[in-house]
Amino acid sequence: MSALVKGHTGEWEVVIGLEVHAQVISKAKLFSGAATDFGAEPNTQVSTVDAAFPGMLPVLNGFCVEQAVKTGLGLDAEINLQSVFDRKNYFYADLPAGYQISQFSRPVVGRGKIVLDLPDGTAREIGITRLHLEQDAGKSLHDQHPSKTYVDLNRAGVALMEIVSEPDLRSAEEAGAYLRKLRSILRYLGTCDANMEEGNLRCDCNVSVRKPGGALGTRCEIKNVNSIRFVMQAIEYEARRQIEVIEKGGAVVQETRLFDSGKGVTRSMRTKEESHDYRYFPDPDLLPLTLDAAWVEKLRKSLPELPDAKKQRFLAIGVSGNIVNSLIEEREVADAFEDEIKKRISQKGLSPEETKSAVEFVQSPDQRQLSPSLLTAVTSSSGATSSTIVNFVFAVANARKEDRATLVRRLDLSGLGDLQDRKVISGRMVREIVEEMADTKKDAATIVAEKGLKQVTDTGAIEAAIDAILARESAKVAEYRAGKEKLLAYFVGQVMKATQGKANPALVNELLKKKLAG
Amino acid sequence: MALDKATVARIAALARIKVPEAELGALAADLSKILTWVEQLNAIDVSGVEPMTAVAHAKPPLREDKVTDGGIRDKILANVPETAGGFFVVPKVVE
Amino acid sequence: MSLNALTIAETRDRLRRKEFTARELAEAYIRAMEAARPLNAYLVETPERALAAAAQSDARLQKDEALPLDGVPVAVKDLFCTEGVETTAGSRILGGFVPPYESTVTANLWRNGALMLGKVNLDEFAMGSATITSARGPTENPWRRKGDNRPLVPGGSSGGSASAVAVHAALAATGTDTGGSIRQPASFCGIVGLKPTYGRCSRWGIVAFASSLDQAGPMTRDVRDAAIMLKAMAGHDPKDSTSAPVPVPDFEKAVGQSIKGLRIGIPKEYRLDGMPKEIDALWQRGIDWLTAAGATTVVISLKMTPYALATYYIIAPAEASSNLARYDGVRFGLRVPGETLDEMYENTRGQGFGAEVRRRVLIGTYVLSAGYYDAYYLKAQKVRTLIARDFDEAFKTCDAILTPTAPSAAFAIGDKMDDPIAMYLNDVFTVPVNLAGLPGISVPAGLSADGLPLGLQVIGKAFDEETTLRVAAVLEDAAGFEAVPAFLAGAA
Repeated sequence: MSALVKGHTGEWEVVIGLEVHAQVISKAKLFSGAATDFGAEPNTQVSTVDAAFPGMLPVLNGFCVEQAVKTGLGLDAEINLQSVFDRKNYFYADLPAGYQISQFSRPVVGRGKIVLDLPDGTAREIGITRLHLEQDAGKSLHDQHPSKTYVDLNRAGVALMEIVSEPDLRSAEEAGAYLRKLRSILRYLGTCDANMEEGNLRCDCNVSVRKPGGALGTRCEIKNVNSIRFVMQAIEYEARRQIEVIEKGGAVVQETRLFDSGKGVTRSMRTKEESHDYRYFPDPDLLPLTLDAAWVEKLRKSLPELPDAKKQRFLAIGVSGNIVNSLIEEREVADAFEDEIKKRISQKGLSPEETKSAVEFVQSPDQRQLSPSLLTAVTSSSGATSSTIVNFVFAVANARKEDRATLVRRLDLSGLGDLQDRKVISGRMVREIVEEMADTKKDAATIVAEKGLKQVTDTGAIEAAIDAILARESAKVAEYRAGKEKLLAYFVGQVMKATQGKANPALVNELLKKKLAG
Repeated sequence: MALDKATVARIAALARIKVPEAELGALAADLSKILTWVEQLNAIDVSGVEPMTAVAHAKPPLREDKVTDGGIRDKILANVPETAGGFFVVPKVVE
Repeated sequence: MSLNALTIAETRDRLRRKEFTARELAEAYIRAMEAARPLNAYLVETPERALAAAAQSDARLQKDEALPLDGVPVAVKDLFCTEGVETTAGSRILGGFVPPYESTVTANLWRNGALMLGKVNLDEFAMGSATITSARGPTENPWRRKGDNRPLVPGGSSGGSASAVAVHAALAATGTDTGGSIRQPASFCGIVGLKPTYGRCSRWGIVAFASSLDQAGPMTRDVRDAAIMLKAMAGHDPKDSTSAPVPVPDFEKAVGQSIKGLRIGIPKEYRLDGMPKEIDALWQRGIDWLTAAGATTVVISLKMTPYALATYYIIAPAEASSNLARYDGVRFGLRVPGETLDEMYENTRGQGFGAEVRRRVLIGTYVLSAGYYDAYYLKAQKVRTLIARDFDEAFKTCDAILTPTAPSAAFAIGDKMDDPIAMYLNDVFTVPVNLAGLPGISVPAGLSADGLPLGLQVIGKAFDEETTLRVAAVLEDAAGFEAVPAFLAGAA
């Protein structure tokens, strides 16, 4: 995907690398036994280790290591069997020890990659430089008192994975796609909730610009951006700003900047030069972390199916290419979808053997051969169900601000599918039924019956409606017959209106064309 | 390595230790003497030698992912110089 | 004989024979602690706590269900956090800090029946070799030079512990040793001091100085007592990642066993230019004693020894500069106000740390800072590897190593104050042991010409405290050290 930005002096290429801080899903903190729950009363999830009391020592949470290694495997990355925890030394109110335990020279995970599915259907591989484990800091509240800052250490010591990309991204859109894909992988793995609003996924963006193919420009780091939308806005703004600076004859200064989401601009952070001297050194309280190669292999085998594999499988069972990405983005949605089509297949009136084969085919299409008719049963089921979910359920979920996966699970979509299969309802009725199902928890058939939503497939009734409209609109009929064929859509609309949307649109089309040709 | 007053002032700022201007000279002399003394290590060839970061005798057990601590705010705040509403309180930080 | 003159082993046996009670013993020590106040060994006295624990010990002793250390009154170096009892590390910056937890090592002692008399003085954050850098003033050594009443240092940093045990104001004490802080004061005060293998005792709850070097250990009247104390203090602690998951042997069994056939290494590099003749002579006597007891001696080479001190004075300050960053006036201890957060930090740390701590934190900050890390810190870590390697090689040809503990006897309070490097040289024989993480023990072996105690050091293989103690006990027997300090608090 070409993503060059135009300036006065020609085109510019934007070069972006992202550092994502992903909060590890764990019950206890990285080096202490205090809880990690979000939203607790201040300083109630703090141990004497987290508050860096004298003589307190860190002990590594083995599960957090497992989560990091799983994530590394999910990013197709090298796992370092020997890694080291270092201290990053700096003073700040919410950093109780005066250092953060992190991994500097020898991270637990090395090089990996993420494949981006771009909107134009192409795929692009983005390099992962490394992933390391580190502690989160506490929270400083600056707005509680005119001359004081309040400090809550509940978050201090919670495990984070810092995932660093190569400077392979070339546009704000790609950065957005990268974050969505990373989020999806993390959620599939169950290693991070990746909820940017709760702050458990935060992003630092390194942005520079250059003439296409030229040497890398000076980069700026935009710190701590907390939503995908803001990341895209911040990059967009920052790239423009840098181009402007250079085109006016200036030079970009390497610095740390903050994104002001209210104004949509980035601004320079006032940091003292010496605060960057972090004096990293290996934490003498912790021995080097040694992993067992067999244990890593065991974890690799236990990984769930990841989005890329799921996508290939869904395509093979008949999900359309233009909706598959939104269907697989969330694992729960994909799982719910899969359960729905299995249910739907089981309602197709197939023999038990056929049902079994079909379901097995859904689970591993590359391992199974189906008869053409059975294959059609599967692909029609998954095609219709997936399009219902993506086109209707998602819209309703968005409108109601409800979780997509929960809604998919809650609604009896197989009942809806059955009505669609039997052409009892038209596509345009689906949204109304889905809304009603979401509101009332009734099943689709009940709603259709109660609301009289049944599709009119009675040719006589439709023909009567058409006749009435053609008689009323004689001028337009003349225009149509004179060659203005796009008026057909107008007539279809009129008929649908007259039948309160219940007419089968395909039938309306067919009959109208016949009568107009008349 | 002889440290000048400005270097000592920079290191002191990095370590967040206020050193009165009047003491900088004497401190610089002290630190220079120590640094010069430790530079005797320059005489040793350490090429190919791995640094010893820890005295590791055995692989330590890792912690289980269980909540075993926290919920002790009174203890955490018992020694605090300034507190309000369950928070630690410090002079305002401007970001 | 005064109760305070008994060893732990003797006290234990007599308590069990009900010759006296734990309460009587505790009272005798509380009186001695009060009498010893002029030495400034104790920073905090906890007599009520001692008596309450003694009552529990008596109840167990009555039922013949005594714990290994029931009734043993112990002085605790003020680097160990003690729940509900002020712990300052001898620093202004921790003034008034009352920990809500008990260090693993002291908790182990109390669990074994020992009782706490109080907290004893040390160099600020254990940084020093004379117990003169404490914010609460220097501690005196109960020994005096012949015909000279000038107060002497007890050595350091565990000088309060050494002084309290030597003056009989504690039956035993806990110490910590980062570069010699148990062994050198033991040598200066004529007692036994044992630094165990790194990882033998938990560091949890001990105010950290240099994490890769710090190790707690006992300070006692004799070698057997050190063995008894170590057994109670040691053990794997899941709260300390560097604590070794190895079993704790019954160290006392090693005391009194023959050393026939043992090979004792004598490192040639430890014969320093300008070392007092009497130290050299004492060392030779030690060699003779061990040979007479059936051991053979082998000359070994610890060729990196001349570089150990410089290595130590890079690594220890580097770790300390980071370990002491938590003293920032936010959560505990001293806060000196400031307009901004950084000013508050700088005022608090500027006024809270003494001169020696400030010096070391600044050195440590410097050697870790950008551009200097490789030249100083990384280099020192590589030399540390070579130092440890020297010991590995040496232990292929010997079972234990004999050296002097310190290059001199105790010096007067005020001496060596203006020259940090002269002060650092006190640790020349002890520091390599910490860098390699090995066990080392100092045993009083003789007197200097002016009547001050001198110690010999036995160094063992990692986790072989048993051989170390075995050799030390033979030295102790042969030396027959019975001199007492000028002042004994428990004599009455």
